[in-house]
Formats: sequence, structure tokens, C-alpha cells
Amino acid sequence: MNFALSDEQRFLREAAQGTLSRFKTIEAARGALEDGPAALPDLWPVAVDAGWPGLLIGEAHGGAGLGVFESLLVAEECGRVLASVPLLGLWPASAVLDAAGDGGALAAVAAGELRPAYVPARPPGDLDPGWTVEPRAGTRRAEAPRASVDGDEVELEGSACFVPDAPGAGLLVVVGESQDGRPVAAALAADAPGVSIEAVMRYDATRSLGHVSLASARGRRLAVPPGVLADAWYLAHALIAAESLGAAETCLELSVAYVKQRFTFGRAIGSYQAIKHELTEVLRQLENARGLQYYAGWAGSDRRAEFPLAASAARAVAGHALDFAARSMINVHGGIGATWEHDAPLFFRRAQLSRRLLGGTEDATDRLAERSLAEVA
Amino acid sequence: MDLNDTPEQAAYRQKVREWLEANRQSAPSKSGSYEDPRYVDARRAWQRRLAEAGLAGVTWPREYGGQGLGPIEQVTLNQEISRADVPGILDVIGIGMLGPCLIAHGSEEQKARYLGPMLHGDEVWCQLFSEPAAGSDLAAVQTRARPQEDGSWLLSGQKVWTTNAQFAAYGLLLARTDPDVPKHKGLTMFVVPMDARGVVVRGLRQISGEAEFNEVFFDDVRLDADTVVGGVGNGWGTALTVLMFERLTIGFGSETYGSPSRLSAAIGADPDARGDLVVRRRLGEIVGELLAVRFNGYRALTALSRGQIPGPEAGLAKVTMVNAAIAAADLATDVIGPDALAESNRWSYLTSFLPGLKSAGGTEQILRNTIGERVLGLPPEPRLDKGIPFSELRAREKEASVS
Repeated sequence: MNFALSDEQRFLREAAQGTLSRFKTIEAARGALEDGPAALPDLWPVAVDAGWPGLLIGEAHGGAGLGVFESLLVAEECGRVLASVPLLGLWPASAVLDAAGDGGALAAVAAGELRPAYVPARPPGDLDPGWTVEPRAGTRRAEAPRASVDGDEVELEGSACFVPDAPGAGLLVVVGESQDGRPVAAALAADAPGVSIEAVMRYDATRSLGHVSLASARGRRLAVPPGVLADAWYLAHALIAAESLGAAETCLELSVAYVKQRFTFGRAIGSYQAIKHELTEVLRQLENARGLQYYAGWAGSDRRAEFPLAASAARAVAGHALDFAARSMINVHGGIGATWEHDAPLFFRRAQLSRRLLGGTEDATDRLAERSLAEVA
Repeated sequence: MDLNDTPEQAAYRQKVREWLEANRQSAPSKSGSYEDPRYVDARRAWQRRLAEAGLAGVTWPREYGGQGLGPIEQVTLNQEISRADVPGILDVIGIGMLGPCLIAHGSEEQKARYLGPMLHGDEVWCQLFSEPAAGSDLAAVQTRARPQEDGSWLLSGQKVWTTNAQFAAYGLLLARTDPDVPKHKGLTMFVVPMDARGVVVRGLRQISGEAEFNEVFFDDVRLDADTVVGGVGNGWGTALTVLMFERLTIGFGSETYGSPSRLSAAIGADPDARGDLVVRRRLGEIVGELLAVRFNGYRALTALSRGQIPGPEAGLAKVTMVNAAIAAADLATDVIGPDALAESNRWSYLTSFLPGLKSAGGTEQILRNTIGERVLGLPPEPRLDKGIPFSELRAREKEASVS
């Protein structure tokens, strides 16, 4: 029994913290809200220097060959300071490319010369038999793009909305569904004929999103088993959970500091039970999210069969934790917490968009129930 | 990061498993009434068997009859006992909390006299701390022990929520020995023979109808000088040792009340429920909380096995566990319907048992105070009792409650 971070994992996390601390990312998040995403620092070269693009790529292809846990630790640090690094698109894509042994792309991705973006597709569940993608609006999920296999190539027809980190990506890793209902994965150059990416910004300027349309677009077939494609979906969930955990930690830190120094009726407001119990609730949810991050990180490497359960649990709990932490931060600060004078709105905006991406925390909660039911069936 | 056993741990697990396999026929049922003396005797006999095989008090030092093993082995043993579907030791409170306190603070004579019979179930122990007016504020105990000229003490007062008092041989009791100093200072810990003249035990019936715990009255009970544990006036420090071990004991039993698979099995048995989006959402939320408790438990266990003492943050797991278990019993009952509330039903038992568990080992509110202050470093609630002699505090309280 050893359920603690290794020294290497701690160093990796500290290194990520140190790297990101060189940039005023939270200030930049506010600037981007006023002046658009162009106000954000370009952190891609920093990510490349840190070796993050190749984190999940095997050493044979120039990567670091690290595991899911390590990617979650970096994502947590990015979330902590609202750093806009396109990891959510990168890592699930690189995991699929690595599983497919797609040599050419892998070396370029690992070197940071080619940035891939994963187009999230939800694997079938017990209530929903097909592969689906994010719809533009509403509760009905959209069908995954239709895929026709043509030798080593795949032709794709369809669209997927709110794809993280799609704008500016060089390569798209898409999951389509063939006529007979099987998932087919393909790597498409972002500038290939028939591919269009419409950049969209919604509420959180640090989050780059795109609507992806594929009209008879052709790409290389990535021959991987369906389990790899399902894992990519769950990896994206675990990454959103990790980012959310990091952001929630900052919310708690700022809230605790404030309630120690703000006095009413002759006492620091942190001495009142109403405040103390609310912040203890933030801590409780945050610690639960951390326990599940460990579960997802461990399962992602050592217990693949439990990864869907672990990642869904992490996503659901961390999504609630960040929402609650951000709202509490606004509450304990009083009126100022609801204004642009304070950082609280930036974390609140992160919370509100994050918990609606990739089916949202509600969908993750349902998947968690499904996996738990399946375990005892 | 590795949840697997090391080769040594695997060998230990195998040894335990084989013993349980060979001896499980002689184990009593897991469910029986503690009000039935025959059941209690059967559980005592089973504890003796476990102790003789080295499967009780495994974390106690060898010199006191333990195995000198770590928390991981304790958890392994708990897992194997649960897997074998047999009951564990009867005296969880004695072996888990009070024995370790005697080992830390007791005299050599006390250790030699009490630990062996405790370990073997010959003498069951109970914890005489809480009182009707001292629970969250434990240092407010009013049970008085007055020193006599011959060095003995006369004990008067009342304790409550005392598990196992109805068949215990001894109790570890926190009493006030000096009311004229501030309340944490005038306390002393005693060993009380439960068959002493002046001790009366009365069962307290709970929501379920069972009387699992008791109230205990003391009317001029004479205690010898050598019943003091840890020194006169040091009772608070001695009590904190017990509370530290209490956190460990509660933490290791956390899946007893809220098991994700038991809840999922109950829901899964109903095809309509398992396809109902509202039921699934509630199930998902509960399972998320329960899984968090499980994996945070592994984190805590790892820290413990590296010699770190569990701090107040362990209380968060208890808050999560109890509330998730309540939500689980609630959901199962909604899905099954009134049959879940039949007296013999497990969900009925949990529905009745869990509201009280919320206050056991500290109410949720007092846990949140402690965690807020000790973990988050928030300023304490202003106190009106600091530095004031206990007798004066009581006088003020009486005056305030009259006016």
C-alpha cells in the first residue's frame, strides 16, 4: 500500500508551479476578458520547454513516457493560476496517436512542432448506444461524424461543437462512427480540404473553444481499439477535474486569507461559524476531489478497467467543488467579490464554463452511476 | 503509487485468510443482539480465539500481548474478516482506544493487570467520557471524584452514550477532581470497576428500538488510589490520547455504513430505477462521495504507515461518510418503498442508526469548527470560559439560564 505522490511526481508539480509563476496569468485572464484572447500570453513555447507536449508519448517517439497521473498534476497547476495552456486538446489526442503508433505525427507532437487537438466523442453507455459529440445547443447529444474507411484513409462528414483548443491546432484527432456503428479514429490536418474550425469564446476568456465541421474531410486512419478512444474521453474528464481542483484551491486560499483580515462587530469574520463552516465545506469538497484525482491518476495507469468510473467520479466531484468554492469566495468577500475589482469573477467564470464542457458534470454523474451499476450487475 | 500488497503484506494476508478459513465455522453470527447475554458470550469466546491466534490488538506492542504490527496489517486483517463474513473482536473500544491509552499513560501495574484480559475478551471495557451536559464540550464534565483521607476517591455523577457498559468489567472514566481551577486543568482519568457498589447501568433505547448504548450512574462509588491513570489533574491530556485513537478506529470502519456496491446492487435490482435519470443522478452523487472517502482513506493510511499521526482533517471523511450513508439509505428506501423500512431490513436499520451517528465522536458542527481552526487556520470562536475556574463558570451558567 502506497497511495502518495512519488518524489518525481512532486518535483514535476513544483516545476510546473515554478514555470507558470513567471507569468501573470490571472491578470492576463482579466485582460483577455476585456481585450479578447490576444491579451493572453502565448504559453505554448513554455509548455514545449517544460516537455509537456510529449508527456504521454513513449520515449521511442521522443516523448517522456509518463502516465495519466503526471498529466493531472500539471493540469492542476495550470488550473490553479487559470493558465491558458492547450493541454485539454493535446493530451487525449497524443494518447490516441501514441496508441496508434503514428510515428510521423508523434515525433513532431513530442517536439512541440505540431499541436494536436482531440475532438471529444463520448463512448456508448447503457442508455445511449452510439458515439456522440457536443451539440451546438440543447440536451440531445449530436451523433459523431460519419466515417468511411478507405484503405489507410478515412473520410469524415459531420460536426462537433465546443471542441477545446481546436482553434490554432495543426492536427485534429477525430472519432467518427462507421456505417456499422464502429468507432473509427482519424488524424486530420487542420488545414485539409473540408475541415473548418470556427473559434468561439464563451464566458471564460482563458478557454479556447472551436466548432469543428468536416465536409468530406480526409485524414489518416488511426488503428486503435475502441477502448483507447473511450479512454481519451475519460482522460479529458480527468484533466478538467484536475484543472478544477487547482482553481478551487486558489479560491479557498484567497477566501481564507480574506476572512482572517476582514473584521465586523469587533471580530475577524472567519471566527463566525457561518463563514467557518462554509469554508470547511469548500475544503471537504476539495479534499474529496483530490482523493478522486488520485484514484483517476492511479487507475489511468494501473487499473484501466476502473478508469471510466474513476475519471467520471473525479469530474463530477471536482466540478461541484469548483462551483461551490467560487461561489463561496464571492459570498465571503461580500459585494467586492462580485465585481471586476476582484479575481473572484475570473474563477467563477472558469467554473461555470468548465462544468458544462464535454457533456458537463451532470453527464459525468450519470456515467458514474452507470459504471457503479455495471460493477455489481 | 501502488495499492497492492508488498510481499510481506501478501504473506500476512495469506496467513490471516488461511486461519479464518479454518476457523470460521466456530464464529458466531455477525448480527445478534447485545442485549442477549448468550450472544455476548459467543462474541467474547470468538474474540479470545482471535487473540490466541494473534489476530486481536495487532498494533499493540509485543510486550503487552500485541503483534507490534502497523496500521496496514490492521486494515488487512479488517478486510479479511469482512471477506470471511465473520464478526471481528467484541471490544473494539477497549482494544482500539482504551488499551492504547493505558499503554501510553498507565502504570506498569495497571498494564500488567488489565491489558491481557482486555485483549482476550475476558474483561470488556467501556469509555465513560460523555455526559448529558458535556459532549462537544467534553472538558465540561461534572462527574466529581473527591479525594478521601486514606488516598481513595468518592465518585458521583452520570455518564451517557456508553457503548457496551451493560456487560463491561471496567470503564475508563474522566472526572473532575478540582473544580476551582479552569476546566481543562481539574480533570483526572480513572479505571472504574463496573461491578463496584454504587454503579448503575441503564440501557438507552435508540430509534431502531435497540439499546446499543447506556447511561451510567455513580453514587458515592469508592475508587482506590491506584485507579488513577496518567496522574491527578492530567485527565485532559489522557483523554486526548483516547480521542486520537478514536479517530483512527472510526476511520478504518468507514465502509461499514456506506458501501457503493451495496447501494448500487439495491438500485440495480430494479430495472425501472436503474434507467431513471433522477435515481441515477442521486446514485452518482452518492457513489462519488463514497469513493472519495475510500481513496482518501488510502491516502491517510499511507501517511499513517509513514508515522504521521492523523490530524483533525480526518473529521472531514467522517462528515462525508455519514452524510453519504444517510443519502444512500434514503435513496434505497425511495426505490424499494415501505418494505425497506420493515424492522428486519438492513436499510431500515441504517435509516434509524445514522442520525445518531452524525453526532458520534463529535457533532458535525464541532468538527467543522475544529477543522476550520486547526486545518484552515481560521480565528477561533470567542470563548467565555477561558481561564475561569470551573466552579465559577458553572455559577455563571446557572445564573444565565435562570434570567
